[in-house]
Amino acid sequence: MNNSVIEVTDVSKSFGGVVANRNISLTVPDGEITGLIGPNGSGKTTLFNSIVGYHPIDQGSIKFEGQEISDLNVQQIARLGLLRTFQQTRIYGKMDCVKNMLISVPHRKAKWSDMFTDYSAEDLEKAEHLLDFVGLYSKRKLLSGDLSFGQQKLLEFAMALMNEPKVLLLDEPTAGINPTLINGLIDRLLRANADFGITLLVIEHNMRVIMNLARHMYCLAHGELLASGAPEEIQNDQRVIDAYLGAH
Amino acid sequence: MFDNISLLGLAPFLNVQLLLDGLFIGAIFALAAYGLALVWGVMNVKNLAQGEFVIMGGYVSWWLSIPTMIWIGIPEIDFLFVYIPEITFLEFMKPRIHPLYGVPIAFVLLFGFGWAVYRTIISRVIDKDLFTSLLATFGLAIVIQQVLNLMFGPETQTADARFPVLTFMDNNVTVAQVKMISFLLAGLLAAVVVTFMKMSRMGQAIRATAQDARAARVMGINTDKVFAFTYSLNAAICGAAGALISMIWVIQPFYGIGHSIRAFVIVTAAGFGNLPGVIMAGLGMGVIENFGGFILGAEFQQAIVVGVLIAVLIWRQIQMARHRQVVQ
Amino acid sequence: MISGRIKALLYLVILAAGIWAPFEYPAYTFQIALLWLMIVFALTWDILGGQMGYNSLGNIFFFGAGMYVCSVAQIGLYYDVAEYTAHFGAVKVDFTMGQYFTGLFVGLGLAALVSVVAAVIFGWIVFGLRGPYFAIGTLGVAIAAGELIGAWDYVGGGGGITLPSFPGDPEDRSNLFYFLNFALAIVTFLFVRWLYSTRFGLALNAIRDDEQKAEGMGIHTKRYKTIAWSIAAFFLGISGGIFGNMTGFIEPLEVAFPTVTFGIFMVLMVLLGGKGTLWGPVIGAVVFHVIKELTWTYLLGWQWVALGALIIIIVVYFQQGIVGWMMEQWPSMFGIVVEDKSEQAKEEAA
Repeated sequence: MNNSVIEVTDVSKSFGGVVANRNISLTVPDGEITGLIGPNGSGKTTLFNSIVGYHPIDQGSIKFEGQEISDLNVQQIARLGLLRTFQQTRIYGKMDCVKNMLISVPHRKAKWSDMFTDYSAEDLEKAEHLLDFVGLYSKRKLLSGDLSFGQQKLLEFAMALMNEPKVLLLDEPTAGINPTLINGLIDRLLRANADFGITLLVIEHNMRVIMNLARHMYCLAHGELLASGAPEEIQNDQRVIDAYLGAH
Repeated sequence: MFDNISLLGLAPFLNVQLLLDGLFIGAIFALAAYGLALVWGVMNVKNLAQGEFVIMGGYVSWWLSIPTMIWIGIPEIDFLFVYIPEITFLEFMKPRIHPLYGVPIAFVLLFGFGWAVYRTIISRVIDKDLFTSLLATFGLAIVIQQVLNLMFGPETQTADARFPVLTFMDNNVTVAQVKMISFLLAGLLAAVVVTFMKMSRMGQAIRATAQDARAARVMGINTDKVFAFTYSLNAAICGAAGALISMIWVIQPFYGIGHSIRAFVIVTAAGFGNLPGVIMAGLGMGVIENFGGFILGAEFQQAIVVGVLIAVLIWRQIQMARHRQVVQ
Repeated sequence: MISGRIKALLYLVILAAGIWAPFEYPAYTFQIALLWLMIVFALTWDILGGQMGYNSLGNIFFFGAGMYVCSVAQIGLYYDVAEYTAHFGAVKVDFTMGQYFTGLFVGLGLAALVSVVAAVIFGWIVFGLRGPYFAIGTLGVAIAAGELIGAWDYVGGGGGITLPSFPGDPEDRSNLFYFLNFALAIVTFLFVRWLYSTRFGLALNAIRDDEQKAEGMGIHTKRYKTIAWSIAAFFLGISGGIFGNMTGFIEPLEVAFPTVTFGIFMVLMVLLGGKGTLWGPVIGAVVFHVIKELTWTYLLGWQWVALGALIIIIVVYFQQGIVGWMMEQWPSMFGIVVEDKSEQAKEEAA
C-alpha cells in the first residue's frame, strides 16, 4: 500500500450521551478512491464532520499528510486542501453558476491584496472548463438556486474541483440523482481521480456505485468500525450483511 | 461607585433589601420572558414588541386606578362650510378602580390585542426569514410607544395600590405589601399557564407544534390557530406582568425596549423550553439590576440591562465556540 | 441591459444636479445635504445587510462614535476639552479659519480611524452571532454607547457639546457642509460600486447565501466580515463627524446614537429600495427622504406612528424593494438570465 494521506487513529465522538463514533481508526491511501459504507445512523457523516473539523473530537488523532488537524477549524483544514461536499447540497443560491465557481478558487494561496482584485482570465476559463466537465456549460449564466437538485449536486462537485483539493470527501454523491445520470457521475468521479489526481473518500449507499469506484472500503455500524477490505470481501462479509439487514 | 460598594459591606441589611426588591421585580421579568420563550419556541418569531405589551398592560391598570373624565360624543366639526357643534352624549367621572383588578383586565384586553396583531401582521411574516419578523415587531413597537405617548404623555406613572408598607429586621428592611402580592400573583399566573400547557388540548397542540410544526399540521392540528393562540397568550401574559409592574415600579411609553431586551437576555441565557432556567434567569436579572443600579446609580438602569445583554451574548459565543459552533 | 452611455449620462446628470442644487435652492441646502447623508447611511448599511446578509440594527454606533471623536478632536487641538464641555457652550471660543479647518479635517480623519478600530474590536464580539442575535447584539452595542456617553462628563454627558462656530459667512458654512456630504456620498457610492465588482463582493454574497459552505470552501470569512464592517464604519464615522458640525450641537441620545430614528431609517431605506443591489439603497434613500420631508410636518405629532406603520407595511408587503421588484419584472434589463420554461420542458421531454 502506498503512503496514506489521511490517518484517523482511535477517534471517538459523542453528542450528549449518544456515542456517534467509538475508537475508529482508518487510513485513506494517497491518490486512490476509498469507500465508506454503513447503515443509516452508523456514524459515517459524524466521522466526515470530525475529519473536516466541524466539531472537536473527544479523543484520538486525525492526521492529514502527517499533520495533526483535529484541533484546526473548518477553514484552516479546507485551505490545506481537504474538502467535503454535503449530503444536502449546498451552493450559493442567489449567484449564477459562474460566480459560484469563481468564488471557489483555492483560498490557500489568497493574500490580503487578492481580496480586492478581479478574477484572472485563467480563472474564468477554468471555471467554464469545469462547468463543461460536469455538463452545466449551457446553464452557466443561470442563478444556481434555479437549477434542479441533480444539477446543483453537479455544480457543487464542480465547485469542489475548482478549489483544487488534494483530498475530496463526498457525502452520498448519487443520493437524489436521476438513475440515468449515475453512470455519467461515476465516470466523472473516476476521471477526477485519474486526471486531476484527487484522492476521494466517498460515503455511498448505492452498492453498485461504490463497487465500481472504490479500491478499498470501510464499513461502519453503530459508530464502530465493523470491517475493512477490498470491495468483494466487504460485499461477502457476513457481519456487513447482518448490519445492513438489522441483525445484531 | 466604590463608596456604594463599601456601604453594602457596612450595612448587611441593605443587601437583604436589594436582594428582596430584585427578586420581586425579577419574578415579573421572568413572566414576560416566559411569554417570549413561548412565541420563540413555538412560532420562531423574535417578538421585539414584547416590552411594549408589558407597558400597555401597565397603562391599562394605571388608567383604571386614576380618576379621569370620560367623554362620549361627536367633536366640533368645521370643514368645507359645514359646521357641526360639539355634541355630548355622555360625560362622567370614571370611578377609580383598584389596579389589582387591572391584572385580569389587562390579561383579557391584551389577549384580544395580541390576536389582532397576529391576524394583521404576524401571520404574514411567520414563514419569512427571521429578520423580517424581528423588524416587523420592531415597527409595531414604535407604533405602540408613540400612540401611548400621544395618549398619556411622556411622564412616568405608578398605579397607587394603597397597601401598607411592612418593615422587618428592626425597621432596616422594608417591603411594600403590594410587592408581595404581586410576587404571589406572578407565581399564580405562571402556575396556571404551565398547568394549562400540560393539561388542556390547546396546550398539547401548542407543545406538539413547537416540536415540529409540519408534523403537527400533517396530524391534523390547525397550526394557524395554534400560532394565533400562542401569540395572544404571550401578549396576555405580558399585559398581566405590566399591570403588576405599574403597581410596584414605574411605567413610561418608552420603557418598553428595556423590557424587550430583558426578556431577550433571559431567554438567551436560559434557552427556551427550559422553564426553571427562565425563572432563575429572570430572578437573577432582577437582582443584578437592583445591585447594579445601587452601585452605579439609577441613571445607569438602561446601561446595565444592555451590559448584561452583551455579557450574555459573549458568554454564549464562548460556550458555543468550544463546540466550533455559532450562536444562531 | 442598460448601455454604458446612458449610465455615464445618468452619472453626469446626478453630479450636475448635486452641484447646482444648493445655489438654486439655498433655503433647502440643509435638507438636500441630509439627503446625501441618507444615501451614505443606506449604502453602508447595505454592505452588511444586503450583500453579506448580516442585518445590523446598530450601525448607527459608528455614526455617533465618529461624531464624538471628531468634535473632541476639533476642540482638543486648541482647548481643554473638559473645561469647554463643562460650560455647555457658554464659553465662546473663536477659531481662526486655519484653526477651524485644521481641526475639522484632523477630526474627520480621526473619526474614520477610531470607527474602523471600533469595528474591528466589535467585530470580534458580534461576528460569532447569527441572525436575530446579531441584530439585537448590535442594537445593544449602540444603545450602550449612547448611555455611556451620556454619563461621561468629559464629553459633556447628557448635556452634549456645542461645536466651535464657523469663523465666516453662514452661507459659506452651509455650502461647506453641503459639499462635504455630497462628496462623501459620491465617494461612498463609487467605492462600493468598485468593491462589488471585485472578488470581495463575491465573497460577501457567498457568505450571505451559505456561510457554512463558504467556511467549508476555505474562504477567510472572518476576515471578509471584519473588513466589510470596517468599510461601513469608515464612511459612517466620517459622516458622523460632518453631521455633528453641520447641526452645530451634539448630544448622545437624539443626535449621536439615535437608534430609533437614523438607526432604523438605514434599514428601512435599503428595504424600500431593494436589498443587495447597488442602486437600491440610493433609490430607497431618495424616495424615503423626499416623502418624509414632504409629509412630516403635516402629520401633526403622528409622524412617528406613521414611521412605525411604514416599517410594518414595507416589511410585510414590499420586501423585495423597488429595485428588487423591477428585477422581477424585467430581469433582462439587469443582465439576469432566466431559463425559458418552454425550452426546459422540451429538454425534459427529449
